[in-house]
Amino acid sequence: MNYFGVKAILIHELDRFKRTLLQSLASPIITTSLYFIVFGTAIGSRIKEIDGINYGSYIVPGMIMLTILTQALSNASFAIYFQKFTSTIYEIHASPLSSFEIILGFVGAAAIKSVIIGLIIIITAGFFVDIEIQHPILMIFFLILTSITFSLFGFIVGLYADGFEGLQIIPILVITPLTFLGGSFYSIAMLPEFWQKISLLNPVLYLISGFRYSFYEVSDVSLLTSIITIFTILISCILFISYTFIKGYKIKD
Amino acid sequence: MKNILEINNVNKIYRNSVKALDNIELNIKEGEIFSLLGPNGAGKSTLINSICGIVNFNSGTIKINGYDNVKEYRKARQITGIVPQELYLESFETVWKNVNYSRGLFGKPKNYKYVEHLLKLLSLWDKKDSKIKELSGGMKRRVLIAKALSHQPKLLFLDEPTASIDVELRKETWDIVRKLNQNGTTIVLTTHYIEEAEELSSRVAIINDGKIILVDETDKLIKKLGEKSIKIQLKNEEVNLNENIKKQYNFEVNKNILTFKYNIKEDNINLTKMLNEIENNGYQIKDFVTEQSSLEEIFIKLIKEDKKS
Repeated sequence: MNYFGVKAILIHELDRFKRTLLQSLASPIITTSLYFIVFGTAIGSRIKEIDGINYGSYIVPGMIMLTILTQALSNASFAIYFQKFTSTIYEIHASPLSSFEIILGFVGAAAIKSVIIGLIIIITAGFFVDIEIQHPILMIFFLILTSITFSLFGFIVGLYADGFEGLQIIPILVITPLTFLGGSFYSIAMLPEFWQKISLLNPVLYLISGFRYSFYEVSDVSLLTSIITIFTILISCILFISYTFIKGYKIKD
Repeated sequence: MKNILEINNVNKIYRNSVKALDNIELNIKEGEIFSLLGPNGAGKSTLINSICGIVNFNSGTIKINGYDNVKEYRKARQITGIVPQELYLESFETVWKNVNYSRGLFGKPKNYKYVEHLLKLLSLWDKKDSKIKELSGGMKRRVLIAKALSHQPKLLFLDEPTASIDVELRKETWDIVRKLNQNGTTIVLTTHYIEEAEELSSRVAIINDGKIILVDETDKLIKKLGEKSIKIQLKNEEVNLNENIKKQYNFEVNKNILTFKYNIKEDNINLTKMLNEIENNGYQIKDFVTEQSSLEEIFIKLIKEDKKS
């Protein structure tokens, strides 16, 4: 194991996070605050409780998921794509690092950033609404696992992207709609039966539901289904990355 | 001297079906400076990128210090460094962070004293806290060299180290290469500047269309394939040379200068006899100079011959 190599990538990527601290942290904090002002305070005050939970508090897990999914994906995809774009990736290829170690470095850094952002959003949300975390270990489990999974997904996006536009397509056209429609701001029980069934096809619903359970012990689907879903996505990403590395596609000539 | 690099039957075909390397066989000796010469698109960069793990080759074996660079890639890459042709650097990072990052990637623990020594050697110490974007082209190239040397490799590849840089900087780079070699690093450089190969390397390989046409010691190559010419200036203003002598030596006559071309490997040439014959025909020799073909001329000749075949 090239421990120093993995550490070098991790520190290098986290340095970029530090260099762009304002946009890395300010952007999710401001966005989250705006959501709480609009949905939590302005609109939320007119919405009755959901499953016995104040609306402002109810949307906190969904808000965190929305940010984590997009941040993990964009951080990881940008990190690897930037190396390809500047051609500095030559050094990674020339170094004694295995594919696993390269992924560990890039995905690890993106996941750490996402977890930090997630925790900061929880603190920010605490200024606007009351938050209870019934199962802190389960909450941390979902936070870390979701960050790792979507960082892996982002790594794949970054590997396959042929331009900066390609980096934006998945977060904007796939992740954001799935998160909004996955019960971030509502319970699917509030939807007509037909749309409830359609919503069950959305994997993000299971992540938000499980995460919300760790906060308030309420969920749209069973906790076990949520855990199975996150592991399924994680394993799919690992298998896809392994296949890409074995084939060498989009990595080396 | 033992071989630090052994390349056997290496082939590389790109996805667009271009055969970039065609049965490459090459050995590099420990401690030497070796030049890989060839025109643009000959396969020089593909070859060194294949050795360093940047490009996957299709068949054959590459051994670095005895380690297979695919099966034992960790051991092989730990002792190899590469300076790419282009200035591939992260503009917003400092010199210091860039070099320490490279050392880490190659699995080495922090060693600030060594990095300091390296930056001083490459005259970059006073720029250690500068961001890459603030440096000149020459400094950026030296940062690339520092990065490649950060893990103390035994074998260093320089891909066109002096491409598109001015004469002064070229000389400076040559001095660095010599210094590194004196410190024990084996150096393989690709270049299309013959002067560079002639100046720096003890051995040369000429590569064209993915094939190695020739490998030899630089001096021997010049001797073996080099053409020599003797320009004989006569005292007489007008020269009306005897046809027999003219034919025998195939002289080119230009006013009172006779040019005689011969290959140094031909041992049946008797220059004393030739000069005597000129004098015996009533001409007095005023002066003469000898000229030897440069590596560049040899290179052009070999490429042309290779294309014909």
